Amino acid sequence: MKKAIAISSGAAALCLMVTPLLAEPDDDSLVINEELQMVTETEAPDHLEYVNTIYSGWRFRTDETQALQLDDFDNPAMLTVDAAIDAFNTVDGSEGKSCASCHAGPEDFAGLTASMPKVIDGKLVVMEDLLNNHRAKAMGAEPWKWSGQEMQGMVALIGLQSRGMPVDVAIDGEAAPFWEKGKEIYYTRYGQLELSCANCHEDNYGNMIRADHLSQGQINGFPTYRLKQAKLISKHNRFRGCIRDTRAETFAEGSDEFRALELYVQSRGNGLSVETPAVRQ
Amino acid sequence: MADGVKPRVKVPKTASAGEAVTIKTLISHQMESGQRKDKEGNTIPRSIINRFVVDFNGQNVIDVTLEPAISTNPYFEFEAIVPESGDFTFTWYDDDGSVYEETKSVEVS
Repeated sequence: MKKAIAISSGAAALCLMVTPLLAEPDDDSLVINEELQMVTETEAPDHLEYVNTIYSGWRFRTDETQALQLDDFDNPAMLTVDAAIDAFNTVDGSEGKSCASCHAGPEDFAGLTASMPKVIDGKLVVMEDLLNNHRAKAMGAEPWKWSGQEMQGMVALIGLQSRGMPVDVAIDGEAAPFWEKGKEIYYTRYGQLELSCANCHEDNYGNMIRADHLSQGQINGFPTYRLKQAKLISKHNRFRGCIRDTRAETFAEGSDEFRALELYVQSRGNGLSVETPAVRQ
Repeated sequence: MADGVKPRVKVPKTASAGEAVTIKTLISHQMESGQRKDKEGNTIPRSIINRFVVDFNGQNVIDVTLEPAISTNPYFEFEAIVPESGDFTFTWYDDDGSVYEETKSVEVS
């Protein structure tokens, strides 16, 4: 940090106090638990027309926030993940089953999150859908609320099994129409402020929007522990928040529009490491 | 016992004699202050961890009194000098009388 130095000339002191523009992500390297090297910067996937390098949102955060993700003991998201491990083994619903009745353990899902969302039986499916479908069909249990801590804790637990693997979602074949729809949403200006996702996260990442250092809006670390809300935040909740801030009517969490947007935004991060559960401001 | 209470401790497994090691502890606990009211206007009774003690081979390392203003999931990080191999014992005392304990061994090489 720069410190203001007392100088007799008032004008010179003023000049020194001008903070440097944060136009770029920082140069820090993310190694979790001193062993797991994460890719936070890589060449953009071919389908991106206007961006050459993609960066994890971690690179845009302050050193203090970054530090919380370096060690699982310090990562506040792990409390919710621990609760999800208990939920994994807890019987729920009319069938008297838990997740563990069918699945040996969360480790079975290694790699799944890196390839989500994907098309199953002609429908675009995200992790929350998988969980609630299994709860309904196999367990006879009530669905979890989309952005509730039970749901997001389990999404994070399953995502954790893929941590360090590169994001690699399919955008061709069956997924293509959903991906095109997501792309259209990404580049559509919404709300009174007429802002699209791209206006901030593509054209202006690295710049400040008021007090916030704009990232590329990558979702490789979701569900993310957001310090502001002190809990795990779902992808759709953050989409909603961003669109709301443009003063628009937003799509609902769990809507087909947000599923498509999730696929598109995830594909913009193809090549970055899965960071779930990340810590952000 | 309050719901969802789970102590967590991180202590290095090995240290050299006389080395100051960093110890991190966290207990997941609601830390209800006793100042809040529910929808009907009734006071939600206080339920906090009120004392946290760490001993090493029977010798006290720290002894902390916790007050209601301390927020959810109290976290303590501190350094302790390890003169010999032995066990750290961590004890949290809950308002409701529950006591949560955790033990970690350190090997001095």
